[in-house]
Amino acid sequence: MGGSTTLRTPFLTRSKADVAIIGAGIIGATIARELSRYKLSTILIDKEADVGWGTTKANTGVIHAGYSEDPHTLRGKLTTPGNRISKQLCEELEVPLKRIGSIVVSLNRKELPVLNKLENYAKILGVTGTRILKKDELHSMVPHLTPKAVYGFYAPTAAIVSPYGLAIALVENAQANGLNVLLQTKVLGLEKKRQGITLNTTSGDVRTDFVINAAGLWADEISAMSGEKEFNIHPRKGEYILFDETIGEITGKIIFPAPTPISKGIAFAPFVEGNYAVGPTDEDIQDKEDLFTSFEGLKKVFNSAEKFFPEIPFKRYMIRNFCGLRAVADENDFIIRPSYNMKGLIHAAGIQSPGLTAAPAIASMVMDILKDQGMKLHPNPHFNPERRTIHRIKDVDYKTKEKLIEGDPRYGHIVCRCETVSEAEVIEAIRRGATTLDGIKFRVRCGMGRCQGGFCTPRVMEILSSELKTPLTKISKRGKGSRLVKGKVWDGSFNV
Amino acid sequence: MYNIKVDIAIIGGGPAGLGAACKAKKLGIKKVLILERDRELGGILPQCIHNGFGLLYFKEDLTGPEYATRFIEEADKLRVEAKLNTMLLEITKDKRIFGLSSKEGLAQITAKAVILSMGCRERTRGALNIPGTRPAGIYTAGTAQRLVNMENLLPGKNIVVLGSGDVGLIMARRLTWVGAKVKAVVEILPYPSGLTRNIVQCLEDYNIPLILSHTVVDIHGQDRLKGVTIAKVDENRNPIKGSEKFIPCDTLLLSVGLIPENELSKSVGIELDKATGGAFVDQYMQTSIPGIFACGNVVQVYDLVDYVTESAEIAAKGANLFMKGKLKNHRTIAVERGENVQQVVPQRFSLGKQVEPIKFYIRVQHPQEKVKVALYWGTKEIFSKKELIVKPSEMVVFEVSDEAIRKISKAEKVTIAVSKHEKNT
Ligand SMILES: Cc1cc2nc3c(=O)[nH]c(=O)nc-3n(C[C@H](O)[C@H](O)[C@H](O)COP(=O)(O)OP(=O)(O)OC[C@H]3O[C@@H](n4cnc5c(N)ncnc54)[C@H](O)[C@@H]3O)c2cc1C
Ligand SMILES: Cc1cc2nc3c(=O)[nH]c(=O)nc-3n(C[C@H](O)[C@H](O)[C@H](O)COP(=O)(O)OP(=O)(O)OC[C@H]3O[C@@H](n4cnc5c(N)ncnc54)[C@H](O)[C@@H]3O)c2cc1C
Repeated sequence: MGGSTTLRTPFLTRSKADVAIIGAGIIGATIARELSRYKLSTILIDKEADVGWGTTKANTGVIHAGYSEDPHTLRGKLTTPGNRISKQLCEELEVPLKRIGSIVVSLNRKELPVLNKLENYAKILGVTGTRILKKDELHSMVPHLTPKAVYGFYAPTAAIVSPYGLAIALVENAQANGLNVLLQTKVLGLEKKRQGITLNTTSGDVRTDFVINAAGLWADEISAMSGEKEFNIHPRKGEYILFDETIGEITGKIIFPAPTPISKGIAFAPFVEGNYAVGPTDEDIQDKEDLFTSFEGLKKVFNSAEKFFPEIPFKRYMIRNFCGLRAVADENDFIIRPSYNMKGLIHAAGIQSPGLTAAPAIASMVMDILKDQGMKLHPNPHFNPERRTIHRIKDVDYKTKEKLIEGDPRYGHIVCRCETVSEAEVIEAIRRGATTLDGIKFRVRCGMGRCQGGFCTPRVMEILSSELKTPLTKISKRGKGSRLVKGKVWDGSFNV
Repeated sequence: MYNIKVDIAIIGGGPAGLGAACKAKKLGIKKVLILERDRELGGILPQCIHNGFGLLYFKEDLTGPEYATRFIEEADKLRVEAKLNTMLLEITKDKRIFGLSSKEGLAQITAKAVILSMGCRERTRGALNIPGTRPAGIYTAGTAQRLVNMENLLPGKNIVVLGSGDVGLIMARRLTWVGAKVKAVVEILPYPSGLTRNIVQCLEDYNIPLILSHTVVDIHGQDRLKGVTIAKVDENRNPIKGSEKFIPCDTLLLSVGLIPENELSKSVGIELDKATGGAFVDQYMQTSIPGIFACGNVVQVYDLVDYVTESAEIAAKGANLFMKGKLKNHRTIAVERGENVQQVVPQRFSLGKQVEPIKFYIRVQHPQEKVKVALYWGTKEIFSKKELIVKPSEMVVFEVSDEAIRKISKAEKVTIAVSKHEKNT
């Protein structure tokens, strides 16, 4: 069964790996899982305390149909195939993928040429089933849409998925097939040796033949470690507001405005878990750590929400705002190629949107490059493509609930009441590698609901503390520097 | 599998649930069952270790745990049954209740009447949409209260409280006692939203500044909170550019309101009032579904636990009448909100053969001095009461006599309004 190993596997840094992947986002995770099909020793390294905590955890979660990308770019070439592969991938990994379709809505007759251009891209790229919707059909498909909407461009193959859920599942499966994972470890430098490359990291040196640069926003800095910066990456910020599922069905489809040259615009996306996200904005910025949401940005999101769905009382249902940073390369396209400076270093960089969608196609492209570079690929005879998800007490019928509790009474102990998460699920999340509050949240959704952890935080802290045998005062939100409390109220020196 | 039939099933074992259970027993109802998801009874009270509970009901100044204990002991004496560690997930119209328990697995309860008493939850940062980063160190005041009072954990050392709700005020004092520095309580409104006694006893007595007409506009720090930016707001509560000020702190407590916890009520299709966030109820605390009653903070956020108990006893009486078939064929009269009335409970009342006095709980929209609180049928004043001062933080409670109620028995609707009292101006 998948997930029988945990992320906490100690890795002996002095031992040698065949491949090291820098960055455990969706790109690094997909590549790691591809590599685990072969008899190789692979190590996946990330500076964060868990997988998927870069851009992968903060995006729209849309598996795009592919029509919005210029067919001449890598983005255009890899998105539609990525979309196609994602179905089987998600089935193998038991990650829910909902093919709900998307509609680009135009509020203005003048935008029709834009929709026609999308239709044309779709044709060239082989995106199936797309068509232009006239006003009546558009409104019957999206009942609450503003009466101003005149045309729609429908793409039935667009889907939604949990991006971090997918990254976690990929890593769990790869681990079950032999992958090593090294977290809270920052790569500081690369040294070309006679044989292979040595990575200098905050956890010591790692020797390897090949290095894959999947470092997201920092991929340009990794490239610089080869001796010279090969490209530039800057962040493009996208802000979101999240709405509670109790807002009711705003739309069963993903809704986009007519795109601009740099962005697909502020979308309405149902999340697989039932909430709605509205966003992202797009703003080119400098600072790669600038994860601030802003009044202006959130206002833009809000106005757009009200513009498209004027009847919906959005304000009452806001549960959270957040933002993500797209890693945009100067050439405005994905950079997937061997390094010019250092043999054995391969870049998978500049993976802006729709990188989540393209990830499986990016991974196969990287595999081809590795083969090209002389890597020997012998199939791993023990490779098991399947991974089992954590059983959610919330999602099953009463009969199955009863069975689950019979097998493990901790399934009957609900620790997160908004999302109905049981103690058993939290413990399983820890067994599979969660070491922090956010790690639990991204695996089993504790704290993602209406009360945003108000109720479950103390309870989850207790479980983390007892399972990890760590004092409560050392439990953190997301690793180093983010401890949840500042100590004890009473040090226990005597009792009152 | 736990499968049981009862007379009254009560969901939630806080003061509301306990009060309703005791009253129901005293009225002679046989099988009364409290269902509670936590491992103990008392609701939010076990963590409210400060005093100030019971001044109206017991005429004594008790702490939260003491107040709860009185009811738990009484419930025990009256042989109320309680099922702990049982999370209820769904209610059906025919009054079957489904839930989970770690001991028995699936729990299914069939009841003749149901009383909802699930309490409320706290509003969060997301509900306010405060921009900035998302570091550790941001807690709702109630969560901080639990950490300090029940888990022996100190949420932080340098604290800013956003919102002057009662829980935040209580926590400002509590954290000061345990050695933390509370730098300010920041309130967006031009007046505090907590009880006056808490402003005095929790802030003024400890020189904690209360900064009115201000809000938090930015949150700083990647991993742990490093500080907040506050700004003055205009009449429309929009931040005024140029008035920003940075306050370094490691913890931000939010005390920005409580929201009745009505997910279960929604599961059975009970109509909810947008003004209170709770169910529409009549004077028996009966919801839009016959035989399902609600009381305590799940109906509206009461300022005092004493009112919660009062509402619970009314709900128990109502359930008793319902089971005896005495709530049938009633005529319903709507109670509308007039001038300066933000919420009113009950939102309607129903009249049968027997007429009893009715108590109304209202919350005003904004503070006002020398007012008349009155109930009208059309333009006709049926009842009125003078108040020197009314504020949104303190509910106004008044009882309308059976005589007056009889006078309006033909009405379709009545209105409650708060207006300047002419003679005093
Ligand atoms: C607002 C927004 C919306 C988007 N919407 C969509 C969408 O709907 N559909 C879609 O297909 N795509 C979407 N995308 C794009 C998608 O999110 C990204 O393409 C994808 O997540 C990129 O993954 P990654 O693995 O390259 O980067 P990341 O997830 O950022 O992973 C890089 C990792 O590298 C680690 N790292 C960096 N430097 C070092 C170092 N020195 N040492 C160790 N570790 C290091 C980081 O910690 C990080 O975890 C969106 C992006 C944004 C920002
Ligand atoms: C911090 C704080 C300070 C306060 N200070 C004062 C004060 O000084 N003086 C005063 O008079 N009042 C005070 N109050 C108010 C008083 O505590 C509340 O009014 C009272 O607790 C509300 O009672 P309740 O029974 O409606 O809700 P709660 O006490 O919240 O009880 C609800 C119960 O229902 C259970 N429940 C909910 N949903 C489910 C479900 N689906 N399945 C099973 N069980 C469920 C919950 O676990 C909980 O035990 C204070 C409140 C707070 C939060």
